[in-house]
Amino acid sequence: MSLMLDMGARSLKLGIPLRVHLDLTYRCNERCVHCYLDHEDHGELKTAEVLDLLDQMAEAQVFFLTLSGGEIFMRQDLFEIIEHARRLQFSVQLKTNAVMVTRAKALRLSKLGIEKVQISLYSHKAEVHDEITKLPNSFRRTVEGARLLREHGIQVKFANVIMTPNQDDYRGVQELAESMGIGYTVDATITPMLDGDRSILSLNVEAARLREIYHDKSLLGEEKDSFNAPPTGPLPAEEAYASVPCSAGHNSCYVSPYGEVYPCVQFPYLTGNIREQKFIDIWRDSEQMKEVRSIRVSDLQGCSSCVHGGSCSRCPGLAYMEGNMRGPSIQDCERSFARTGVPSKNLERKRAEAAAKATEKSAKFPIPIVVLS
Amino acid sequence: MNAPNYIARAVNVAARQIGDEFMIMSGNDSSLFSLNETAAMLWQAADGVTPLADIVAQKICTEFDIDPETALADARATAVELAEHGILRVSDRPVTESGS
Repeated sequence: MSLMLDMGARSLKLGIPLRVHLDLTYRCNERCVHCYLDHEDHGELKTAEVLDLLDQMAEAQVFFLTLSGGEIFMRQDLFEIIEHARRLQFSVQLKTNAVMVTRAKALRLSKLGIEKVQISLYSHKAEVHDEITKLPNSFRRTVEGARLLREHGIQVKFANVIMTPNQDDYRGVQELAESMGIGYTVDATITPMLDGDRSILSLNVEAARLREIYHDKSLLGEEKDSFNAPPTGPLPAEEAYASVPCSAGHNSCYVSPYGEVYPCVQFPYLTGNIREQKFIDIWRDSEQMKEVRSIRVSDLQGCSSCVHGGSCSRCPGLAYMEGNMRGPSIQDCERSFARTGVPSKNLERKRAEAAAKATEKSAKFPIPIVVLS
Repeated sequence: MNAPNYIARAVNVAARQIGDEFMIMSGNDSSLFSLNETAAMLWQAADGVTPLADIVAQKICTEFDIDPETALADARATAVELAEHGILRVSDRPVTESGS
């Protein structure tokens, strides 16, 4: 077992919050069409609160710290926060659109020993990227910011979200990343708004196109065949009783700009607030966190016996947002179908329900078409 | 390389005690290391100004039943190995913040 996997397994066993994703602000200089956040400031943590939280997290043995937002460079105290995090020897990763990265900031970051910077880039075409971010000239400034960070020796990765406006551009972004010596990651997940509004899910790529993308060797390389391999059936019972659905709440969690602690950024089940309790007390004793931790694969309704049991990307947070943290995440059912061509029972049931509703609606309203002349 | 007399933690690393293991990640290439108890003691005491011999005498010999000469020789070998992985700086003189 690799050292990283071994450390992960050890932290799971010991209940150590190895990784924390901390959003410093929801304010942003972009208004991306697919963003799930409310960009108003409803009272984000002050500098002293953030620094104290970092102290608490270091004491709790948090090792990997992701600082994100919103846009982190909107915070005037960003460097003070990063410097404090590095004094506490966190492995720090930043997520940003890099629009505000200057040569001076890149130089300053390079001296702080951060692990990497992940930069959101949605197309290799300026007009497509800018139309998604709603910030004119953002493509040029993002690419320039990435270039400056690379120039100063910082590990950089482009993160692309595939959605309907940019579904034909992922290869272009990949080629741009390669030409700049930058890593590249892609995801087709559109997260619903945290307030429950699911309308932005209309940006999800259609199933047929998603299937084509998943089978594109230029994207997945040698992993294409294993990624799209036929499902191997549910986990064996003994393994299902012992396996957790994902690391959220087990060795990782998320803290919002308002001090709210959640199992994950995509799992809006509030477990506590660091303005009211110590971080370690929330992590160890929150009833909500304990509930998340109590769930095993064997408890998942439908999923525990699903043909995709061994390979599904099921996100408990997306399942929670669909109404049941022990239930299916239909978005992941769609992805499993796109990969393998085999629908899960949950997906078949959902489609049958949708078809029945459409039939019922049509039966109730047989409005004759009258042409008026 | 001359036998190191001073050691200083590399600046481009992250470190954390996870359970009973001391983990270090290099910021240069994200490689991960697990240090045993002695190596972890050396690394944590590596302030760049305390002579290695003093670190060994104050931290290692007081903790383990080992003669100072052997302990110092082992510590020097460990320090050189950690330096080869880029997570420690070694020098025959005090190490300042700006470099060795």
